[in-house]
Amino acid sequence: MTTVPPPPLVKRPGPVRTLNRAIDERFGTQAGLRRNLNKVFPDHWSFMIGEIALYSFVILVLTGIYLTLFFDPSNTEVIYDGSYVPLKGVEMSRAYASTLDISFDIRAGLVFRQIHHWAALLFVASIVVHLMRVFFTGAFRKPREVNWLIGVGLFILGILEGFAGYSLPDDLLSGTGLRIAASIAQSIPVVGTWASFLVFNGEWPGEGFIPRLYVVHILLVPGILLALIGAHLGILWHQKHTDFPGPGKTEHNVIGHRVFPIFAAKSTGFFMIVFAMLALLGGLAQINPIWGFGPYDPANVSSASQPDWYIGFLDGSTRLFPPWEFRGFGHTVPAVFWPTLILPGILFTLLAVYPFLEAKFTGDKESHNLLQRPREAPTRTGLGVFAISFYLVLWISGGNDVIAKTFDISLNAMTWAGRVGAIVIPPIAFVLTRKLCIHLQERDHEIAEHGIETGIIQQLPSGEFVEEHRPKLPSVPDHRRVPTDRVALPSAENGHARGDLVRRAGKAVTGFFVEEEERLPEASESSPDRPAGKH
Amino acid sequence: MVLLVALAATGLLWAGFAPRGTAQDTADANEAVRQGRVLYLQGCSSCHGLQAQGGNQAPSLIGVGSAAVDFQVSTGRMPLAAPGAQAERKDPIYSQTQIDQLAAYIDSLGGGPKKPVITQTEWDDADLAHGGELYRANCAQCHQAVGAGAPLTYGKYAPDLGKATPTQIIEAMRTGPESMPLFGPGQLDEADAVAVAKYVRHVSEAPSAGGDDLGKYGPVPEGLLAWLVGIGGLLAVCLWIGARQKV
Repeated sequence: MTTVPPPPLVKRPGPVRTLNRAIDERFGTQAGLRRNLNKVFPDHWSFMIGEIALYSFVILVLTGIYLTLFFDPSNTEVIYDGSYVPLKGVEMSRAYASTLDISFDIRAGLVFRQIHHWAALLFVASIVVHLMRVFFTGAFRKPREVNWLIGVGLFILGILEGFAGYSLPDDLLSGTGLRIAASIAQSIPVVGTWASFLVFNGEWPGEGFIPRLYVVHILLVPGILLALIGAHLGILWHQKHTDFPGPGKTEHNVIGHRVFPIFAAKSTGFFMIVFAMLALLGGLAQINPIWGFGPYDPANVSSASQPDWYIGFLDGSTRLFPPWEFRGFGHTVPAVFWPTLILPGILFTLLAVYPFLEAKFTGDKESHNLLQRPREAPTRTGLGVFAISFYLVLWISGGNDVIAKTFDISLNAMTWAGRVGAIVIPPIAFVLTRKLCIHLQERDHEIAEHGIETGIIQQLPSGEFVEEHRPKLPSVPDHRRVPTDRVALPSAENGHARGDLVRRAGKAVTGFFVEEEERLPEASESSPDRPAGKH
Repeated sequence: MVLLVALAATGLLWAGFAPRGTAQDTADANEAVRQGRVLYLQGCSSCHGLQAQGGNQAPSLIGVGSAAVDFQVSTGRMPLAAPGAQAERKDPIYSQTQIDQLAAYIDSLGGGPKKPVITQTEWDDADLAHGGELYRANCAQCHQAVGAGAPLTYGKYAPDLGKATPTQIIEAMRTGPESMPLFGPGQLDEADAVAVAKYVRHVSEAPSAGGDDLGKYGPVPEGLLAWLVGIGGLLAVCLWIGARQKV
C-alpha cells in the first residue's frame, strides 16, 4: 500500500481578511487603519468615565429615533381617546396625547421612553463625573485646554438638550418648567420680552413653541453635540491620552493596551454594561410619569414640581435668592434674573476659563502628559471641593420641598439652612480640603523618607523606645508594556522582561495584519524590531 | 256598625303603618348622643372644654358638624398625639361606632357639615377624568399631582393622600381642616366631590406603569437614583474592570 503524502496546508484568508484587502485595494485604508488600531490607551479605571457619557449618547440617539416615529410635536388641541382611562375625554395638545400613546398604546413605547430619559440623566451625570476626574487630576493643562473648552460646551449643551426633551411632552410638569424658562428670558433687562418671543414664537403659551422646541431637540442641539463629540475624541486621539505617573511612564510615552484588540474588547463590553444598566433602570424604575401630571394648563400647577437633576441647582439658587427687585432707568430687573442667568453665567465662565486662570496664577506654561494626584495640587483640589460643595448646597435646596416633606423638616428651616450654607460651607470645605491635601503630601514624604510604620516597638539598651520602619517596597510595574506611539519606550531595568513583553505584544497585533505586512511597505514599521513608529 | 268597621280599619291600618321604628331610632340616637358625650368628656374635654366651648389650646366644636368629627377622629389626628405644627395622621384610637357616637354628640350641639354617605351608584357614576381635572385645578397645588403631599410653611404640610378613604376626602373638602381651604357645595357639588375622591383613590391604588414609582415625586428621586444606582453602579463596574486588568 502506498500512502499519498498529504498536500501542504495552505491557510486560506478568511472573509474578514478578504474584505479588508478588497477595501484597501480600492481606498488605500490599510495604513491608516493599522496606525489607528495600534494606538495605545492607558488602563486606569477612571479613564472609562467619559465613555459612559459617549455610550449614553449613542443610546439616546437610538431610543430617540424610535420615539420620533410616534411623537407628534404639535400644539393642536385634541380630545384624548386612548387607553389611559383617567384622561379619557380630556382636552390636550397632540404632543401630550402622542406621548400618552407612546406610554400606553405603542409596543415597547414606555420602556423606550424610560430608557431614553434615564440615559439623558446618566449622560449629563457622567459628563459631570468625567469633568471632575479631568479637573482633579490636572488633565486640562496644556496642551489640552481646547478639549476642556469643548467639554464645557458639551456639558452646557447636554443640559440644554435635556431640558428641551423634558419640555416636549407638554404635560403639567414640563409646561411649568417652560413657564419658568419664559419668565427667566423675560427677566433679561431691555431685551427680555423680545428674547422670550424669539424662544417661544410669540406670547407664552403660544401655539408654535413645541415644533420649534422639537427641531432644537432632535436636530440642532444633537447635531452640535455630535460634532463636538467628534472634535473632543479627535483631539484626544491626536494628543494621546494622559496617564498617571508610574513605573516606566514618562511625559513622552503612553503605556497600556492597543485599540485592537484589548481596548476595543474592553470598551465594547463596557458599552454593553452601560446599556444593561440603562435597560434595568428603564425597565424597573418609573421615570417622568407624564400621565400623572396631566396635560399642561397655564392655570394649574402641582406642588413639588421639579426639573431634572441637572437643572436642580438653578431651581435651588432661585429658591435661596432673596426677592430683590431692581427698578430704575425706566426698567425693572426682577429678582429671578440674578440666580438664574447671572449666577450660571459666572459659574460656567469660571469653569471654562479655569485652565487659563491656573496657568496664569501658577506660571505653569509647560505641556503635561502625566496626571497629578489631587493631593499634589492642594489649592486646585480645594477650589474644586469649594465649587462642588456650593453646587451641592444649591442642588439640595432645589429639592428642599421634597426633602422637607420626606424628613419632616420645616421648609423655612431648609431655605435658611441653604442660604447660610451656600455662603459658609464652601470656604470651610476649601480650607479643610487644602489642609488634608497638604497633610497627605507630608505623609507621603514621611513614608518615602522613613518607611512604613510596622507597629513593632524596640527598646534600645539606653532604655529608649523606637518603632521599626519598613522601607517602602519598590513599585512593581503593573502594566503590560506595549510599544508606544509617542516615542521610544525607555528601556526597562531588566532586559529580559522588555524583550518578552514586546515580543508578546508584537505577536498580539501582527497576527491580524500578517498578509498585508508582506505587501505593504509600511508594515515594517510595526514589526517587533522597531516598536516605536513616528505615527 | 260602619263607625265600628271604620274604627277597626283605622286601628288595623295604624297598626300596619305606624312609624314604629322612629321611637326606637330616636331612642338609639339619644343613646348615641349620651354615649358620645361620655366619650367626649373622657377623651376630648380637657382641651375642647366641658361644653365643647373651646379653650386656649383648642377650638370650639359647637357647629363643626359630624363630618369634621369623623374626619379628625377616623384619621387619628384627634386626639392629638403631641402639640406641633400640624396634627399627624395615625391609626384611630376609637372604633367607628364610638366615632359615630362622638359625631352624634357634637352634631347635637349645633349643626354643621354632615358626614357624607357615598352610594355605590354615585361612586360608579363618578367621572374619573372630570375628577382629575378638578383635582389638578383645586388640589394639586398643595397635595401634588398624584396626591403624594408636599410641605407648606413652618413645618405644616399638605398630607399624602394615599391612605385617605373617599369619605375622609370629601369630609376634608367640606370642613377644611387645618391649613386646607374649605370647598363647599357651591364650588364642588356632590357629584364633583365624589369624582375628586374617585380620582384620588385611583392615583393612589392604580399599579404604577413602567416600574417602581420612586415615591411619586418625579425628578428628585429620579435624580437620586440616576446618581446612586446609575453612576454609582457604573463606577463600580469601572473599578471592577480596572481591578481585573492583567499585569
